[in-house]
Amino acid sequence: MSLAELVATLLFAGVLAYALFAGADFGSGVWDLTAGDAERGAPLRSLIDRVIGPVWEANHVWLIYVLVFLWTGFPSVFASVMETLYIPFSLAGLGIVARGSAFAFRKFAPTIATARLFGALFALSSVVTPFLLGCIVGAIASGRVPADGQGDVWTSLTGPTSLVGGTLAVLTCAFVAATFLAAEADQRDLPELAAGCRRRALWTGGLVGVAALVGIVPLADDAPTLFDGLTGKALPLVVGSAVAGTTALWALWRRRYRDARPAAVVAVGMVVSGWAVGQHPWILADTLTIEAAAGARATLWALVIVFVVAGALVLPALGYLFWLTQRPGWVAAERHRRPRTSRRRPR
Amino acid sequence: MLFAEEGALLPARWQMTVSLGSHIVLACFGVAFPVVIWVLHRRGIRDDDAVALGLAKRWSKVAAVLFAVGAVSGTILSFEMGLLWPEFMRVYGDVIGLPFALEGIAFFVEAIFIGIYLYGWDRLPPRVHLAMLVPIGIAGVVGTFCVLAVNAWMNAPTGFRMDAGRVVDVDPWAAMFNPRVWLQFAHMWVATFMVVGFATAAVYAVGLLRGRDDRHHRLGFVVPFAFATVAALAQPVVGHVLGMRLHGDQAPKLAAIDLAVETESPSPLVIGGILIDGERRFAIEIPRLGSLISRASPDRPVTGLADLPSEDRPGDGLATMVHLSFQAMVAIGVALAGLSAAFWWARRRGRDWLRQRWFLRASVAAAVGAVLALELGWIVTEVGRQPWIAYDHMRVEDAVTGNGGVWISFTVLVIVYTAMTVGAALVLRSMARRWRSGEPLDLPTPYDTARDMDVPR
Repeated sequence: MSLAELVATLLFAGVLAYALFAGADFGSGVWDLTAGDAERGAPLRSLIDRVIGPVWEANHVWLIYVLVFLWTGFPSVFASVMETLYIPFSLAGLGIVARGSAFAFRKFAPTIATARLFGALFALSSVVTPFLLGCIVGAIASGRVPADGQGDVWTSLTGPTSLVGGTLAVLTCAFVAATFLAAEADQRDLPELAAGCRRRALWTGGLVGVAALVGIVPLADDAPTLFDGLTGKALPLVVGSAVAGTTALWALWRRRYRDARPAAVVAVGMVVSGWAVGQHPWILADTLTIEAAAGARATLWALVIVFVVAGALVLPALGYLFWLTQRPGWVAAERHRRPRTSRRRPR
Repeated sequence: MLFAEEGALLPARWQMTVSLGSHIVLACFGVAFPVVIWVLHRRGIRDDDAVALGLAKRWSKVAAVLFAVGAVSGTILSFEMGLLWPEFMRVYGDVIGLPFALEGIAFFVEAIFIGIYLYGWDRLPPRVHLAMLVPIGIAGVVGTFCVLAVNAWMNAPTGFRMDAGRVVDVDPWAAMFNPRVWLQFAHMWVATFMVVGFATAAVYAVGLLRGRDDRHHRLGFVVPFAFATVAALAQPVVGHVLGMRLHGDQAPKLAAIDLAVETESPSPLVIGGILIDGERRFAIEIPRLGSLISRASPDRPVTGLADLPSEDRPGDGLATMVHLSFQAMVAIGVALAGLSAAFWWARRRGRDWLRQRWFLRASVAAAVGAVLALELGWIVTEVGRQPWIAYDHMRVEDAVTGNGGVWISFTVLVIVYTAMTVGAALVLRSMARRWRSGEPLDLPTPYDTARDMDVPR
């Protein structure tokens, strides 16, 4: 592995982490949107607040990590992507702003009406933003971003691969989130809520599978490099993803939520990795290779050092955060100030 | 001239101005607020001081809102580096990307521990919980340093060589630790404490003005005001030392700041005034003081605008803007230092200025002044660098995107940011009201299924 490929791998690790962690946050927003009116949706929305509240900012930083590694390690890729994908990136940026601020505002909303307004904003941008990010991946994978950056700003958004990418992104986020939420509800002794999330996870999980199978068809024409990759050297990852996804669905069916969680993570992780392996050695499919795009060697080494520092500082801290939020004491602190929803809810 | 620029350049600059100008205020809270909260939180658990602990808890809720908005508005900026200035990033991304990458790590640490701290109330042992603020404070220092490293580099690019129009011999560490970084960092880091200190104190000054004279309001005023005082007294020194370097680093900026048209020896200090057709009008001139302040010498001159190459010379409008912004910033800074020093002097002499309406009103004005001075300072450094994005290396017109439609994205951004500001203001106001009306400090969400069980503790 060359230095450029090493840095590209570190960069991709960030993409993967963002897809998994922020993906689950985005997906929670999807379920927030469809949770029902203020009363019916209250238990699920309260759960979402508690589950993603402590972690969403940290999860979001993976995107910053990806951007800075991209522009430092592969400056021309960053410039070209931003120039050609001006529209989806601008909109996704605004979506991120609307989502993050509305989520924070809703938590402290004084009335149900303001909470509903901020909630709608949070939830709507949680659907639109991953769709746009998925389109961006599709545009890169289908060779729509030229190396010099002056690609068509519209077809990058409307090409078949972009639309497949966007759709898959939203569905995947929804699936992962429903799986996570089912486990969190179960952990908090909220069987009804867990059952609802299980139902959601089961049908979105099925939908992801169908969408992936149908979605690969247009790739043959629209993104031949990716198609060849996915049906060739990345095939083990695709198959692995399907196996893991089926395992997750089986675990959900058997109400083994804690087992479903890692299986869903593996399924999504493998399909995202399939994209990277599939279009290797291109960083911008068909137009620019990793080697040709790499910046100065001294800077690439500096990025490796930054990664090691990050590994030493950030990963233990991140582990501590996730460990804390999964600890019984953390959940119990919620419980002693919350009634059992199942008992209270009139039916 | 400012409005004669064509294509994407003008809207791109405006979009950057609005995005940076709003984010920088929030960034101040991300850097300095945790430190201020730490003092009160520590006092709360050490002295079993319920008032101090209550303040710390409320401020941590306020911080949750401000940090969220700060995080997402910071993300927009990283998008805009490429959306608006792709050619700058294409050429210099690997030269100056390193501090950005480190800033990303600092932001990571900050976001993780903020998550733990905000949700740690009643969940973590008090001492452990308090300790969570320490990494946040350190990350604030590192993050500020990294961001200012980039800006200092734009003012004095180092860490590479140009060879036949190509960037070679890149040394990202030299670019990061460029000669200007330490002073620019110090100037900004101190500024964060001025903004946060004066702004937070002003909230309690308003309460005191409305007759809510209790320990809660007094403590809420005095602690942030103490931070603001130290910062306001240090800032003129830091700023002056930074300014002294300008003659060597960026002569055009110094010429604009001093509104020096001709190179005069000794140079006068020019107070006020504007440039019209290259001539200085309506200015008060104090002989020799310009040389003394800017060059630390009785007769060494400040290079005049007329002696700069014409293509690098700022126009009359830009030079006037830089000059007046600089002097307004200095005037505000001096007034803030004076006001805060006077408060502690009076307090030592046993006078209670927290009962003086004029002082409380002045403290409210000080918050506005601190934010204004912050923005003016950034106008000086950014407008003063024009027409360069990387001084002496790349002009803004060569860095800007080739895309049309930047006016549209700028307009949308203004609408979204306005909505976000209004939203934040409404939420923060309603939080204050609810606390005043005796709601529990946790402020339960209205739809929260836990609501009826949340009792004041």
